[in-house]
Amino acid sequence: MEKEKAIQLKNVCFSFGNAKVLKDITFSADKGDFLGLIGPNGSGKTTLLKLILGLYPLKCGSIKLFGTEITSFRDWSRIGYIPQKATNIDTIFPATVKEVVAMGLLSRKKFPKTINRKDDKEINAALKTVGMDELRNKRIGELSGGQQQRIFIARALISKPDILFLDEPTTGVDQNTQESFYRLLGELNQKGITIILISHDIGKITKYVNKIASLNTALEFYGSHSEFCAYDPEHCHDNIDQHRLCLDRG
Amino acid sequence: MLEIFAYGFMQKAFITGIVIAVACSLLGVFLVLRRYALIGDGLAHISFGGVATGMLFNYMPFASALLFAILGALGILKLKEKTLIHSDTAIAIISYTSLGLGIFIATIAGGFNVDLLSYLFGSILAIQTSEVVLSVALALIVIAVITLYYHDLFYMAFDEESAKTSGIKTGTLNSLLVILTAITVVSSMRVVGLLLSSALIVLPAASALQYNTSFKKTLLLSAAISVSSVTAGLLMAYYYDYAVSGTIILINTGLFLTSLIINRARNGRPLFS
Repeated sequence: MEKEKAIQLKNVCFSFGNAKVLKDITFSADKGDFLGLIGPNGSGKTTLLKLILGLYPLKCGSIKLFGTEITSFRDWSRIGYIPQKATNIDTIFPATVKEVVAMGLLSRKKFPKTINRKDDKEINAALKTVGMDELRNKRIGELSGGQQQRIFIARALISKPDILFLDEPTTGVDQNTQESFYRLLGELNQKGITIILISHDIGKITKYVNKIASLNTALEFYGSHSEFCAYDPEHCHDNIDQHRLCLDRG
Repeated sequence: MLEIFAYGFMQKAFITGIVIAVACSLLGVFLVLRRYALIGDGLAHISFGGVATGMLFNYMPFASALLFAILGALGILKLKEKTLIHSDTAIAIISYTSLGLGIFIATIAGGFNVDLLSYLFGSILAIQTSEVVLSVALALIVIAVITLYYHDLFYMAFDEESAKTSGIKTGTLNSLLVILTAITVVSSMRVVGLLLSSALIVLPAASALQYNTSFKKTLLLSAAISVSSVTAGLLMAYYYDYAVSGTIILINTGLFLTSLIINRARNGRPLFS
């Protein structure tokens, strides 16, 4: 039986004024995929992601989220998004970790939007999933880049999304934190969450993903991990056994 | 001390001042965090055109200022959206046009320049009962809307793109925010005057942000600072005959500097670095 499509792009293009940023992009990701969207800086990755999320108006082609055209898609609770600038937040912004995670919960609630005891437990659970439950009363600006990223994942996870979009999530984060961050994504993917990860660091993410789309204004490659290894052996890393990772983490 | 409250004009001044102080301070936190600190200034210029037009036609300057401010706020958003010019340029174009109109009308009409000055510099001690009712009602609407949309406005101030992808209608909320600012500017013009109404929006919020605390506490701090400054300003005006609007703003500046020093001292940083 064919898997449900999480995202489907057909002949998508985009330009800023006369500058063509994206040309004729066609690919898809199934539910449960861990897709790496790779390409050099300025290749149009973030623009494409913003088109997929409806943040930019679609000028040509078609984008579907879970089978629904993006222009009529309303089921935003299925979507989790961690933007590129997530670790560049204003350090004086007056928000605690708990308040940031609660944003993800309250945005889906109807009026009156209040946090009850059950919500409080859910916030704790989301923070526990990303290993940050002890920092709930800290101000977000006081945390390191890696810790902030985990908080943003908790904010996305609290609405129990089916798909998580991450735009260059490890920019400015040290090597060890990057590794543990990607492992966390692997675990979430094992739990059934589709993950779309954008990165310009091709070598680093190929070992975590099962599908790769390589972009440089046009789509240069799209296929499975093993197909990518045949296409670009230099940047190919063996897939990490996610099951082993879970055991390692206990 | 309590004899001050025996006077009707002081009762009206305290009621209007405190309610408007709360509205300005709450709205200010969202505007400062969104880097919209000066939109209030632009809307005050727009309101000036409205006040002058109202006086020209002998119609309630308060109502025409409100109409001008709301239409101007929406005009700024439309101009920015349709022409792709930056928001500060859009604010400048619309606000200076309205300011120019106000000055033009004041010059050709003549005769009402003294009244016009009372709107520019504020005259809370001479406020009419009808103006108290209107100002307080508008400020209460602003407070109610902010309370109702608190979480969505908070999310949008923190991260607009993520707020949008979580289903929050950020476009509508942005329009709401500038309309609330327009209402707040007009409702505060009798307290501190159009020239300083933006200061009552920005300064308490800037002071509260120095305390590096949660969002909820920042809002409460901003309100407390704002109410304290208006109360102190009115008391000083009564006892020492100072100009109310200028005193309120100078007290706010003093509170901001104090907050800045406290913040630096708590973090072990020099005042200027």
